[in-house]
Amino acid sequence: MKSPVQAYSRFWIYAAGVLTLSVSACAPEVPPVPQSALPSSAAPQEALQAEDQTAARSGGRATVFDAGQEAFSHRIPNPDLQHRTQFFTGESLFDQNWVAAPASTVARDGLGPVFNARSCAACHGKDGRSNPFLSESEADQALLVRLSADTSNPQQDQQPHAYFGGQLQPFALPRLAGEGTLRMSWLPQQGTYADGETYTLMRPEFQVEFATAESVPSALFSVRQSPQLVGLGLLEAIQEADILKHSDPDDQDGDGISGRPNQVWDIATQRTVQGRFGWKANQPNVQQQVAGAFHGDLGITTSLFPVEDITPWQEAQQTKDFGGSVPNGKDGDISELPDRLLERVTFYIQNLAVPARRRVSAPNVQQGERVFAQLKCQACHVSSYRIQTDQGPDTIMPYTDLLLHDMGPDLADGRPDFLASGQEWRTPPLWGIGLIKTVNGHTRFLHDGRARNLTEAVLWHGGEARASQQAFTRLSKTERQALIAFLESL
Amino acid sequence: MLRPLIALAFSLSILAACQSTPTAPGEVTTPGSSTASSAPVSTELEQLKTQFVQNYAQNVYLNYQDAYDHAVKLQTAIDAFLAAPDAAKLEEAKTLWLLARNPYGQTEGYRFYEGPIDSEDGPEGQLNAWPMDEVYVDYVQGQSDAGIINQVEAYPEITVDLLKSLNEQGGDKNISTGYHAIEFLLWGQDLSVDAGAGERPFTDYTTAANAERRGAYLKAATALLVSDLQSLVEAWAPDQDNYRKSFVETDAAVSLGRILKGIGTLSASELSAERMATPLDIGDREEEHSCFSDNTHNDIIYNAQSIRNVLTGEYKITGSDDTHQGVGLLALMEVANADLAERLKASSDKTLTLTQAIQAPFDQEIRPENEAGKARVLAAIQELQAQGRLIVEAGQVLGIQVNTDL
Repeated sequence: MKSPVQAYSRFWIYAAGVLTLSVSACAPEVPPVPQSALPSSAAPQEALQAEDQTAARSGGRATVFDAGQEAFSHRIPNPDLQHRTQFFTGESLFDQNWVAAPASTVARDGLGPVFNARSCAACHGKDGRSNPFLSESEADQALLVRLSADTSNPQQDQQPHAYFGGQLQPFALPRLAGEGTLRMSWLPQQGTYADGETYTLMRPEFQVEFATAESVPSALFSVRQSPQLVGLGLLEAIQEADILKHSDPDDQDGDGISGRPNQVWDIATQRTVQGRFGWKANQPNVQQQVAGAFHGDLGITTSLFPVEDITPWQEAQQTKDFGGSVPNGKDGDISELPDRLLERVTFYIQNLAVPARRRVSAPNVQQGERVFAQLKCQACHVSSYRIQTDQGPDTIMPYTDLLLHDMGPDLADGRPDFLASGQEWRTPPLWGIGLIKTVNGHTRFLHDGRARNLTEAVLWHGGEARASQQAFTRLSKTERQALIAFLESL
Repeated sequence: MLRPLIALAFSLSILAACQSTPTAPGEVTTPGSSTASSAPVSTELEQLKTQFVQNYAQNVYLNYQDAYDHAVKLQTAIDAFLAAPDAAKLEEAKTLWLLARNPYGQTEGYRFYEGPIDSEDGPEGQLNAWPMDEVYVDYVQGQSDAGIINQVEAYPEITVDLLKSLNEQGGDKNISTGYHAIEFLLWGQDLSVDAGAGERPFTDYTTAANAERRGAYLKAATALLVSDLQSLVEAWAPDQDNYRKSFVETDAAVSLGRILKGIGTLSASELSAERMATPLDIGDREEEHSCFSDNTHNDIIYNAQSIRNVLTGEYKITGSDDTHQGVGLLALMEVANADLAERLKASSDKTLTLTQAIQAPFDQEIRPENEAGKARVLAAIQELQAQGRLIVEAGQVLGIQVNTDL
């Protein structure tokens, strides 16, 4: 058995790699600072002209002007003291580690029995996306593996895997077994732009090694990296009709793009509703997304997910291997995270502000924005919506349609999720993507983090996005760079 | 307390004011709002700034030395206890743990700017992280064979190096070292709903299962605490080629920014919000940092004192009448803006009074039905936050943008 307490130092290694300091600006007035304290300095940001400030406000009123390491961690401005307190409680529950029950700190216990991490912040470092690829052997802690039974009948609803449930939890409480390990290898894949320049994409090959000597029923699995969390409350505020407006399941307009909404189960209301969160839009709202993550990733039960993600097979195994029943956290029917605190964490996530765009008026960024339109990127990455907020109507610019699209065989995971087929993915929002590097110290994109930078992310697009991708490869180098400059300004 | 990835944040969002650049990285403003006013040009003020920074550095040093000295006393008491465990010596060790917390609590205003305590390889997470992962360390109610102490095969020998390697490991972090680990090993779990701390019997170190291993754990955790504090003393010792040297030699405005970020963040966010408002909101027993010993009320008082020390420029050695005095922030502000200095002093006075008015134990004070207790905690929170805003204002007067978010 693999001990759950082997050297898991990656988060600290990763942390060390991303420390940049947001002390900068106005060079003449900022004195030099000692090396011992300041690992590096952030790039200075250009001052914004007044007319550009509107364009920079991706989140409307919920925009913050911070392009530093904390860019994803700000509260949507609101003077209410209660707002601040609730946000802070949610933040504390998000950041602090959870411990095994029973602990003296009752509000913070209930971890496991199996889990992917001990805190939300472990994978959403600084409310962003923790680097999935520190080393090939250390993928387990930031890449999540969704599991389901391999049913040959595509009409049949997807079912959790009989042995290991709905996701692979590599870690377990002391004296229990984690569920397995994700292994990966890479295949280089060459390509050429029309201008003759070559590029190399790295195709990941994933393999799940289950931690059991028994033969395991065949599983479908899908590898996910954690997304940045900014602006989720704003996406939630988009009217359903405004999303459906872009839906064209049968491609009646003949543009080759046929977005459709996922239809998912809303646990709280016990009905099927439009899905909009997650890489396959398999969650209907922020609260269920949060509760699902507590349940699957941390092993923390809530009223929405009251039973630990342990299958009867696992119960039997653990009893056999460890001579006792699986510790199940809290006694009886008590949620490990009570509703009031689930609401706090949900509130926290809903109120993470969107960082403002940078360099909006720079000529190459503006050129890139034109290229973005010319390539029809906005057919799926829909730029703007009108929403209603507590403070009145507002305009936001998330660059997503929240719909499912066939992205072709190269990106396919072969694992359906509600209506989403094995080739379909939800268009991810683009706001904040230019800041991942500053916040999390890497530039890994797409659902499994295979793209090493934004250019590769564009090049991986297939299926409905194939024509746009092809058009991209026919651009001049200057135009390609301009498009990337535009994306980096988001 | 360690806030893992947030602790990395330290985005020292301290910016020398710069009116031509309203949107520098790390700075959050709304467009159109102006940033800080430029500092008044005054030789006297400039001299005071330098003196303030130098005096701060000396107080930090004295404070860590004080914390170190008391950790060594604790270590001596623990060694004596482990040599021949009995109830009296366990009580003595507990008393010295409580005493050792007082100087350490006063050092927490030196955090949040990536100084020696919480730079990327600083010992904060190893010294003072919370919440303790009890079951990771020792037996807990209903799991008599849990924890590193009872896992003889997995961890045949318990050493300082083992604890270092196991702390904050596993997914992201387990907390298995530092003040609170020692606290847990001295007091034991506090599962009482009513008032009362943990009640670990001294026989845990004599006749109980794995008693010797428990002793080895306690000894190793204490040795690690002492050596971590030693490293902080060294970082701030005078006349050395160390952090302090660069701190006092750098332009005073930069160090001043760090100092204000430290106490401002402690006042406005870490102490008032994370450690007080969040427990009050959650309202659960043991949602408190020194939960085994029920010493959280003192943690709060000494954290508030930490801010006070920087304001007055004083540091009083724990358990003695020795007080070091020098230029504090208030003296600086009296020259820069006397009115603000007065308001800051008044807020600080009030903060001390209100934090001291919180009744022990803290976990009873925040019980949902304890209206008077909750009101006392809330009053202290509000004044700490007001004080945090005044510290930000002091920064503006000195031409420094201070971000007190965690």
